[in-house]
Amino acid sequence: MLVALILLVPLAAAAVSATVTWRRGVGWLGVGSLAGVLAGGVALAARVEHRPAITAWGGALRADALSAFMVVVIGAIGLLATWQSVRYLDAQIATGHCSRRHATLYAVLVQGFIAAMLLAVLAGNVGVMWVAVEATTIITTFLVGHRQTRGALEASWKYVIICSVGIALAFLGTVLVYLAALHAGAGTHATLDWTSLMALSHHLDPGVMRLAMALLVLGYGTKVGLAPMHSWLPDAHSQAPAPVSALMSGVLLTVAFYALLRFKAIADGALGVAFPRALFVTAGLLSLVIAASLLLSQRDYKRMLAYHSVEHMGLIALGAAAGTPLAMAAVLLHILGHGLAKGVLFLASGEILLVEGTTEIDQVKALLARRPALGGIFAFGLVALLGLPPFSLFVSELNMARAEVRVGLGWVVALSLACMAVIFGAVLSHGRHLLFGARGEGEAAHRTPSIVTVPLVGALVGCAALGVLAWPLDGLLRAAAQVLVR
Amino acid sequence: MSGPTYTSALELAAGLVILCAVVTLWRRSLSAIVKALAVQGVALGAVALILGLHQRDGVLVTVGCLVIVAKGAAIPTLLARVLASDRRGRETAPLVNVPASLVGAGALTFLAYGATRPVVALVATGAGRLIPLGFATLLIGFFSMVVRRKAASQIVGLLLVDNGIALVAFLATAGVPLLVELGASLDVLLVVVVLRVLAVHLWSKFAVLDLDQLRELHD
Repeated sequence: MLVALILLVPLAAAAVSATVTWRRGVGWLGVGSLAGVLAGGVALAARVEHRPAITAWGGALRADALSAFMVVVIGAIGLLATWQSVRYLDAQIATGHCSRRHATLYAVLVQGFIAAMLLAVLAGNVGVMWVAVEATTIITTFLVGHRQTRGALEASWKYVIICSVGIALAFLGTVLVYLAALHAGAGTHATLDWTSLMALSHHLDPGVMRLAMALLVLGYGTKVGLAPMHSWLPDAHSQAPAPVSALMSGVLLTVAFYALLRFKAIADGALGVAFPRALFVTAGLLSLVIAASLLLSQRDYKRMLAYHSVEHMGLIALGAAAGTPLAMAAVLLHILGHGLAKGVLFLASGEILLVEGTTEIDQVKALLARRPALGGIFAFGLVALLGLPPFSLFVSELNMARAEVRVGLGWVVALSLACMAVIFGAVLSHGRHLLFGARGEGEAAHRTPSIVTVPLVGALVGCAALGVLAWPLDGLLRAAAQVLVR
Repeated sequence: MSGPTYTSALELAAGLVILCAVVTLWRRSLSAIVKALAVQGVALGAVALILGLHQRDGVLVTVGCLVIVAKGAAIPTLLARVLASDRRGRETAPLVNVPASLVGAGALTFLAYGATRPVVALVATGAGRLIPLGFATLLIGFFSMVVRRKAASQIVGLLLVDNGIALVAFLATAGVPLLVELGASLDVLLVVVVLRVLAVHLWSKFAVLDLDQLRELHD
């Protein structure tokens, strides 16, 4: 019941938003819907943390600790993004860039996008999950192109073409898993259920599973933004409206990664850990190298953040490659920490674009002096993203590295540290330019409205709290990691 | 349907799928390419239909009919509308010329036979031997997306990839469960609609239909 309810909340909000013309109240309804999702996620987590998975709708929906954790992630970052959407749409309408009809469309699509992501993590069946992930591509295409500029349309084109090919490969991978499951003796129904696939995993044909896993890593990896299929990501994330960038970077990438984590658990059973580990290490290292080499030359702060996503997806791929319970718990914590930090940064960058009118790093100077609150949020966001204490990304990166060393991937840790050092330097030099400096003669410091500061500061405090206190997530993370490791 | 008729009908339909993929590389007129794609859609539906009749599986027969309607008629019609907004209607400057593309298609077919050996070994039925053709169609689709520069050609490449995958799905497992199959087909239809909307926007606002003109975003 609870599982179905979580899914119905954003759908109901979408239906209501579609029937009335846009006004602020509709925006707050969206925020309320996400608050409901977050509360539902917490309630779900409390129910499944120590108990077996619960199902609904005849097994079509299924929630275990891992799904509950992902619902919490979607709820938390979705709450931030819808909160800022109110501000974004107000500003767009005030400047005449966007009609009320367009604002309505935006509100409906955002709720639909959230519902599709929730379906992906709550689906009990790999086929339904695939359909949900593909639905996110179709919905977000219109959100990426929402500003209707040439750049935005170009980004949407690349996004839908590249991600459709990727997701098609993931479908082929799913078909091959189905084939292997049929031959391993499962009945014709239920062969695509997580539960039966996990139970069967030791009997799946290794030859077919090897091909399937390679296709799945390539296919879902496209949506995750893992190299070599990452090229859509910087364009889409830099051209989309800021709240959409925050959702896409903060949660959509990791929802696709969730699919990979589930399939990896099955492949580990069928093939042993070596082959999936090799795939994840290759994709992860390649992503880190590409992020490091391209971050140096970025002149646009939204593209800089986008390449940062490629880096972090690479890091969690390496963590998942290690695959121990410690590593998986760290991967999941990193998913939440990265989502919060990246969400804050993209939303702050949307506010910078709004008040400064440019996304060029060169054009924005001395943010800390001129706009102390906004500059401060951006600065702390960068600190969090670079993996410095007290933020949770420090803890999760440290634990992933520890786990990797323990399974004999020390050389991978060494290489990834080298890439991270380059990225650290690049972001530091970009950030210094953006943040520091003195304000002009006679220019007063600008205030930033509380609709921006309250949610973003709240998210940063949350991210720091997760880094300092193990409670309240510790038990849930352990339980979720246990789902993936046997 | 049984015995030799079944086998040869299945081989004919699957062969037609890959033949159409090769035709899309060979022809440069976009309208001819769309026609080849329509024939491919019908052939793909026929594969499902033949399998369904052979196994007396009503669901599969229904899926086959739906595939013929969607991929043989609906999607090609949508594509033809995209082309109507483009006056020149020819793939002017592919990065790789036609003879080289055809050689490439041959090489990709070999690759497909190599890569699918474990799958063919597992299926071990008459239909299973044809699985490499699906993989070859997929690889040709990939190839054509990389070397062709027209927006419409990229949609064609995407559809080839998708048809190849559908062929593998039918031959290997006699179709994944109906819900998933319908979801997948609906998605493709939606993607084509989305791409059409984008193409119309790009064309009417910025007069762009060659991807070489999409150069605003780069590093």
